[in-house]
Amino acid sequence: MSDMDEMEDGSGIVKKFMFLNRKAPHGTVYALEGLEVVLITAAFDQDVSMVFTDDGIYQLMKGIDTKGIEVKDFSRTYRALEGYDIEKLYVDQASLDARGLTEDDLIVDVTVLSVDEMANLMVEQDVVISF
Amino acid sequence: MPMVDIAGKEYEVDEEGYLVDLSQWNEDVAKYMAVEEKVDLTDSHWEVVNFLREYYAEYQIAPAVRVLTKAIGKKLGAEKGNNKYLYELFPYGPAKQACKIAGLPKPTGCI
Repeated sequence: MSDMDEMEDGSGIVKKFMFLNRKAPHGTVYALEGLEVVLITAAFDQDVSMVFTDDGIYQLMKGIDTKGIEVKDFSRTYRALEGYDIEKLYVDQASLDARGLTEDDLIVDVTVLSVDEMANLMVEQDVVISF
Repeated sequence: MPMVDIAGKEYEVDEEGYLVDLSQWNEDVAKYMAVEEKVDLTDSHWEVVNFLREYYAEYQIAPAVRVLTKAIGKKLGAEKGNNKYLYELFPYGPAKQACKIAGLPKPTGCI
């Protein structure tokens, strides 16, 4: 039986999805679009992990103020993820260090991982999507 | 995008009738949207509509039905945090209809 058939009869395949967020929150649509895909994936009851690395870390910064650039501040939406049962949020240690940031600068609770730990986590996934 | 006239004022809506500018929302808009959706607004409806507005103000998104149901249960009690109660209030989908009345965009992941 193909995956599609199983989905249609409602038996509900659950895959491990990892979403890699690597870009600053504003200036491109990647962060916002990525977040929407994550919410939709969760609506299909999939196993979702989110990783924040490189400038993607800035998506989780406390105290973002977007008034000056007249776009929606969706940083607060990351705090709604718990309600969607998305609780696996990972941050790359080296990316934090390179920007002089710590977990305390972030608006949600995250797990900070080394490069090796991150690599191991990626290997476990069925699907990795980068934004 | 289409414009609608509500109580003598013009409002921009999208092709599905959702209010484009959230900040323009007021009770007249809610009542107009409710008539469009064939929903007779009672205090119970307002409770859900106001809850959605608070949720949006806090998280900047309209919640999916599953999330809405769970959050309502937490805030207003288990007898309200279930599909039966919410679908009785909003027969064509609590997230879809209640969000429209609350002036929010259609929920992400609302299929």
